[in-house]
Amino acid sequence: MIRVELQKLVLRPRVWLSVALLCGLPIVVAVFLATTKIAPPPGQGGAFLSAVLANGSLYPAAALALVLPVFLPLAVAVIAGDSIAGEASTGTLRYLLARPVGRTKLLTAKLIAVAVFVVGAVVLVVITGLITGVSLFGGSAEAVGQPGGVTSLSGASLGPVDVVLRLLGAVGYIVLSMVGFGAIALFLSTLTDSALGAALGAIAVLVTSSVLEALEAATVIKPYLPTHYWLSWIDFFRDPILWRNIDNGVLLQLVYIGLFFAAAWANFATKDVTS
Amino acid sequence: MITTQALTKRYGSVLAVDSVSLNVREGDRYGFLGPNGSGKTTLVRMLLGLVFPTSGTMEVLGQPMPARASAVLPQVGSLIEGPAAYPYLSGRRNLALIDAVGLREGRRARQARIAEVLDQVGLGGIDDRPVKNYSLGMRQRLGLAAALLRRPKLLVLDEPTNGLDPQGIHEIRDLLVALNEGGTTVFLSSHLLSEVEQLCTRVGIVDRGRLVLEDTLASLRAPTGRVVVESPDAEKIIGMLNGQVVSHAGEEVIVTHADPAELNAWLVGEGVRVSAITAQRLSLEQVVLAATGPGADRVASSEVVV
Repeated sequence: MIRVELQKLVLRPRVWLSVALLCGLPIVVAVFLATTKIAPPPGQGGAFLSAVLANGSLYPAAALALVLPVFLPLAVAVIAGDSIAGEASTGTLRYLLARPVGRTKLLTAKLIAVAVFVVGAVVLVVITGLITGVSLFGGSAEAVGQPGGVTSLSGASLGPVDVVLRLLGAVGYIVLSMVGFGAIALFLSTLTDSALGAALGAIAVLVTSSVLEALEAATVIKPYLPTHYWLSWIDFFRDPILWRNIDNGVLLQLVYIGLFFAAAWANFATKDVTS
Repeated sequence: MITTQALTKRYGSVLAVDSVSLNVREGDRYGFLGPNGSGKTTLVRMLLGLVFPTSGTMEVLGQPMPARASAVLPQVGSLIEGPAAYPYLSGRRNLALIDAVGLREGRRARQARIAEVLDQVGLGGIDDRPVKNYSLGMRQRLGLAAALLRRPKLLVLDEPTNGLDPQGIHEIRDLLVALNEGGTTVFLSSHLLSEVEQLCTRVGIVDRGRLVLEDTLASLRAPTGRVVVESPDAEKIIGMLNGQVVSHAGEEVIVTHADPAELNAWLVGEGVRVSAITAQRLSLEQVVLAATGPGADRVASSEVVV
């Protein structure tokens, strides 16, 4: 079943369109930065953006910082929201289940397909970010230390192996964060036969969480918001790595995945399929 | 093949299927008839494990459903409320995907089988354009192909000829008869009387969720004990057989009589010209109309419950 889901993912034009959009945004930003040479001052604008003019090999991280808060979750909401509701609205859900496919198996395959989509999208963003960054800003491998070299956010310089390891850690963390969000969308997808409805529901969760995040009065619940630790992947680029928020974020996302996958299962396993 | 005992499905306050006890035997071509909204589709969905019954039990291929769905359903081919396919993929690719679900088999064997079912439903020469460009009839054929993929022992088909032209309907009917003669039991749910009349050997009629009639088509359409006579001398016949005439209209007279051949010989002996004479049989339409009320899609003002 997982192989079938992955085939559907790869063969679907919409998936490639969303990946292209994800990769396109950082390219557009890079072109503007490279032609104007106006970098946002440190501390403002997207993370890493102030540093990329000096060193293009940091651009993959900047690209991730650009797509993560909105663009990537939107794509995840669309893909994961479509997973059950989309099958229901094309009518293929009834044929899958009558084949038969176990309902738990179907849900699992769908969540794995979402994870694979995120991995693929993030990796492609990193690769296009690297190519764009190095070709537009130059990768100053010869320069070590400031400015130039790959500099951590804390100011110390990092070796290439270190950068790769940190980037891998960051990618893994982002994927986990997105799968946590995808689990919410998957649950919503089992509630309705409208893929659009499920995706919009997931986006509503995203917006609500972001609004509460910015609200002083909501301080008490902030650590439990799904988006709260999303940007903590940046901590992989501090020296030493700041593990506290990363650990909390991993734990929180695992709880979200467990909770919403269980809810999706509880709803879907005994649901009358009338689509 | 399919037996249900007091199978009931309730959606909130609506009783969709009400204590239905169905019996489909091996080798049947079973026609499941009923007005729109009478619970046909809900019953079909219960048989396939898509909808869970509120009460009652059912067995498909001799095993309880939905408990043994994983053993039963691989041997069942189905077409439920119209075909469905991934619109952005070709028909062949769609079949490959749906076939790959839960089946371990070599790629070559699978491709051969896909080619075989496409041939069976008349799509053997199909190219690689995506299903979204298919006509309604082609989609219907593709849906049938998907139902036939695993050489099922039981075919559960809901309106299988929907969207097909008369030529296509005839073709599919021949295919279903051939499959049935090869040992496949066919359960066909439809509101198209002509389809059932021409294809099925047994009929179940459902009305407002209840099974009101289940019998062989032959006995439903047995002679009624009346004879329909057409004659230019209709007035003469009415005079001669006064007590036995049930009704008459123009040249047609309906007479209570057991044997049309004997009646014919007698009328001719009496010098009456007979242009046509036959035993009266109810059409399936008359049987269904007598057994069922109006469909649930008809909401007359007096029936509206406030």
